[in-house]
Amino acid sequence: MNRHRIPRRALSTGLLAVVVLLAGCGIQPWVKPYERERLADPIMKVSRDALADKHREHVFDVREGARGATGVQGGGCGCN
Amino acid sequence: MAVIRRLGSLLRLGQRVAGLLGGVLAATTTKGAELPEDRADAMYHLYDGGGVTASGPAVLIRKSLFNSVSLSGSYYLDMVSNASIDVVTTASPFREKRTEGALGLDYVYHDSLISLSGTTSDEPDYTAKSASLNVSEDVFGGLTTVNLGYTRGWDTVGKHGSPSFSADANHWQFRVGVTQILTPRWLASLNLETLSDQGYLGSPYRAARVFGAFIPERDPSTRTGHAALLRAIGDIGWRSAVRVEYRYFWDTWNIRAHTAELGISRHVGDRWLLDGYFRYYSQRHALFYSDNFTSELTYMSRNRQLSTFTDMGPGLKASYTAVRVPGRYEVKVNGAYQWLRFRYSDFTDVRTGKLYSFNANVLEFFVSATY
Repeated sequence: MNRHRIPRRALSTGLLAVVVLLAGCGIQPWVKPYERERLADPIMKVSRDALADKHREHVFDVREGARGATGVQGGGCGCN
Repeated sequence: MAVIRRLGSLLRLGQRVAGLLGGVLAATTTKGAELPEDRADAMYHLYDGGGVTASGPAVLIRKSLFNSVSLSGSYYLDMVSNASIDVVTTASPFREKRTEGALGLDYVYHDSLISLSGTTSDEPDYTAKSASLNVSEDVFGGLTTVNLGYTRGWDTVGKHGSPSFSADANHWQFRVGVTQILTPRWLASLNLETLSDQGYLGSPYRAARVFGAFIPERDPSTRTGHAALLRAIGDIGWRSAVRVEYRYFWDTWNIRAHTAELGISRHVGDRWLLDGYFRYYSQRHALFYSDNFTSELTYMSRNRQLSTFTDMGPGLKASYTAVRVPGRYEVKVNGAYQWLRFRYSDFTDVRTGKLYSFNANVLEFFVSATY
């Protein structure tokens, strides 16, 4: 069982986030807030409808071997 | 009525927690990160394919309190009629019901959004509970959003007709993601997730085939998988946007999978929003998968979810704003449909001896209100 490996993975993902944060410290935001009008449009959202996305994610989760990284939260089930 | 009572009790629990938190925290909060908008959804969903029909209602309600806390509760019902190829060749078709309830609490503090949620899923022979924590932080003046998340899951596996059978499965998920505004028209995101499972990871009903004879499958008791998803969304003018995404998945069972999706969204008139997309998925089989083993091994499975296959198909979604009262509320009627074609490369239909394939229809129809 790889239970002992889990904290190390958490640490590495956490470190990755810190590196990303630090890497940007010297950079000024190049898209100003008043230039973000188009980005606020619903068509630019990754997920507009959480409930429908959850159903779609569930359909694939129980039929495909791959999972994760989609940002859609689902519960477990014995559906397969 | 049971649905409403269950949702009501979930919301009451959440309100108590939020009441405690919100009273303390509301005074210290300034507006940086934003809470999800208040919203209610009522949905009918359907999956129909490969002899399996799963359909039912689902509801989601979200309401903010104290300007810094948002509570959400959802209820999801799956009524399953299963006559899949596995079932008709090695068992008897059956019907069952799965109910899922979820409760969430989001708290915004300056540029951070902290989300806690819990989910329970109940089937006659399977229960699953999970708890999640997600933290999202806006940095560089809102140009970049960093997400960190953790989910822990606890499952109990049972078996029809064998009350003494009970096994546990445990799950851990760690995720990190970055969403970056690239230009005034484009944004991109990278999400990484590690998923670890331990315990009973097979099915007490499924059979493996050895020299043509069926025996109970034997799956390893641990699995660790990793997924990396890269996504870009761009405004291309004409009130339209395109979306491109790719995910690579690999795990310790030697499954390697590619998922790609291409989509376009477009406003039409004042009230319509249309989406069209195409999704492609392919995977290579697990180390211990075989359609028909020619020697007996420690681990053996004929689970076609672990086989080599592709699935793909187009989808359409339409959203119509039926009622709009600016600044107060909005009601939308939505419909989404996806067609899928599954084609297996090393899983045969034992009745015909031919490689198995099937088509599936996925449908969601829902009314959503924001207020």
